[in-house]
Amino acid sequence: MKLIHVLSLLPFIGILGFLPFVNKVTPFILGMPFFLFWIVLWVVLTTFIMAIVYKMDPANEGGDK
Amino acid sequence: MNAALFVIFSFLILAIYLGIRATRGKNMDLEQWSVGGRGFGTIFVFFLMAGEIYTTFTFLGGSAWAYGKGGPAFYILAYISLSYVLGYWIAPKIWKYAKENKLMSQPDFFATKYKSPFLGIVVSCAGVLAIVPYIILQFKGLGIIVSEASYGAISPTVAIWIGAISLTVYLMISGIHGSAWTAIVKDIMIFVIVLFLGIYMPFHYYGGLQPMFEAVHQAKPDFLTLPKTGLSISWFISTVLLTVFGFYMWPHTFNATYSAQNEKVFRRNSIISPIYTLMLLFVFFVGFTAILQVPGLTGSNEDLSLLRLSIKTFDPWIVGFIGAAGLLTALVPGSMLLMAASTSLSKNVYGVLVPSATNAQISKLAKFLVPVIALISVYFTLNGGNTIVTLLLMGYSIVTQLFPAFIFSLMKDNFVTKYGACTGIVLGILTVMYITISETTVGTLFPALPEVVKDLNVGIIALIVNILSLVVVSLFTKNSSMVSKVEKSHSA
Repeated sequence: MKLIHVLSLLPFIGILGFLPFVNKVTPFILGMPFFLFWIVLWVVLTTFIMAIVYKMDPANEGGDK
Repeated sequence: MNAALFVIFSFLILAIYLGIRATRGKNMDLEQWSVGGRGFGTIFVFFLMAGEIYTTFTFLGGSAWAYGKGGPAFYILAYISLSYVLGYWIAPKIWKYAKENKLMSQPDFFATKYKSPFLGIVVSCAGVLAIVPYIILQFKGLGIIVSEASYGAISPTVAIWIGAISLTVYLMISGIHGSAWTAIVKDIMIFVIVLFLGIYMPFHYYGGLQPMFEAVHQAKPDFLTLPKTGLSISWFISTVLLTVFGFYMWPHTFNATYSAQNEKVFRRNSIISPIYTLMLLFVFFVGFTAILQVPGLTGSNEDLSLLRLSIKTFDPWIVGFIGAAGLLTALVPGSMLLMAASTSLSKNVYGVLVPSATNAQISKLAKFLVPVIALISVYFTLNGGNTIVTLLLMGYSIVTQLFPAFIFSLMKDNFVTKYGACTGIVLGILTVMYITISETTVGTLFPALPEVVKDLNVGIIALIVNILSLVVVSLFTKNSSMVSKVEKSHSA
C-alpha cells in the first residue's frame, strides 16, 4: 500500500474510529457540542488530506489529458 | 399574488430559461443529451454532483433529523465527506472505462464489463426500482416547500404539477446541459440561504450558537450525542460505511461521472467537496434552533421544522427566497434522476430486447420516456401514501447491492463471472425487499446477540448474502465464462 492510500484511510479512521471517546456534549468548542465539533474537524481535515493526496498522486502530473 | 409567490415564480422561470438556453448550438444526440458530450470541467461536474446530493432531503430532511433525532443526524456529514474520498479512487476508473467504451448509462458499464446484456437489464431494473421512489420524494418535498412558502396559496398538488411539467420540458429539450445550468443557480442560492439561516436563527433566538446548544442540551440531555441503543455508535459506523458504498452506485451519480472532461475533475472535486458538506452544518443549526421554538412537530411533520421556523421569523419575501431554493433543490435532482431512468430503460432494456432498434430510435425513446416516468411519479406522489417511505428506505439499500459486482469488476483479474454478479445482485435485492417489508432488524433476527451487533444497519445482511452468493456462483461457473480473460486482453 502506498502512502497516498494510507492517507486516504485517515478520514475513515478519524471520523469512525474514535466514536466511543468523542460521543459527548462537553466541552463545547466553537459553540458546538464536542461530538459535532469532532466530525466537523475531520471534514475539514479530509479536505486538507485529499489536497495532499492530490499533490502526491503521480496520476495528476502533466497536463489536462 | 403575495411577495413569496412572486419570488418563487421568478426563480422557476429563470431555471426553465437557463435550462432551455443551455442547449444552444449543440446537436442533441444521446451522448450530448445524457452525458453532455463528456465535456464538463471541474466546476460543472462539481455543481452537478452537488446538485444531486443536496436535494430536498438535505433541506427538509437534514433539519428534520437534527430536530427529531439530534446527534445521529451528523452521520450525513460523515458519509458525504467519506464518499468523496472513495470517489477519488473509483470515479476516475468509472469515467475512463465509460469513455473508452462510449458508455451512456450505468447498466452499460455492468453489461460491458461482464459481457452480458442481460446483466444490463437487471442493473437497469434495479436502478429504476431505486430511482422512482427518490423522484417521488423530490416531488413530495417540492409540494411541501412551495405550499408552505406560499402561505397555502398554492396547494401541494398544484405545486407538484408545476414542478413536474417544468422539469419535463427543460429536460426533454436540454438533457444534462439543462440540469447543469440549473444546478449552478440552485447551489449558489441554497448556499447563501442555508448559511444565512444557520447563522441568523441561533443568534436571533439565543444570542449565539453555544447558548442555543446549551438550551437544547438542558431541555433534552444526551440529545446531542449518539444514544446507547438504537441509533448508536455501531449503527453510525455501519450506516456510514454502507452509504459510502452506495453513494456512487446511484444511477444518476454514476451517470454524472460520464459527463466529465477528464479524470482529474473528480480528484479535484474530492478536495473541495468534503468541506462543502459543511453547508449541512448550517441546516442542522436551523433544525436545532427549531426544537424549542416550534416544538411539537412529530413524525413526517418534522420535515416542516425549517419552513415553520422561517415563516415564524421572516417577512414573506424572504420566505419566498427560501421556497424558491427549495423548489430548485427538487428540480435539479429530479431531472437527473428522470434522465438516468429513461436513458437506461431505453438503451439497456428496449435496446437489448429489440436488437434492430437504431441509435436514433433509442435516443428518441429516452426523451419520450421522460414525461412517462414523470407522470407515473406524480401519480404515486399524489396517491402513494406511506408506502413511499418504505420504498425509499429500500432505494439506498438496493443500489448498494451493485457495489460488490462493481468493485470486483475493477480488479485486474476479476474472478467474478456474469452469473455470479447477476445472482449476487438479485439475491441481495430480494433480501433488501424482504428485510424492509417485514421490518426485520439485526436485533429481531438474532435477539441473543449483544446490543453492539443488534444496532448494526440491517443492510449489512443483504450485502453479505450478495457477496457470498456472488463468490459461490462465480467459483462454480468459472470455466463456462471467459469474462476475466476477455477483459484482460481487452484492457491490455
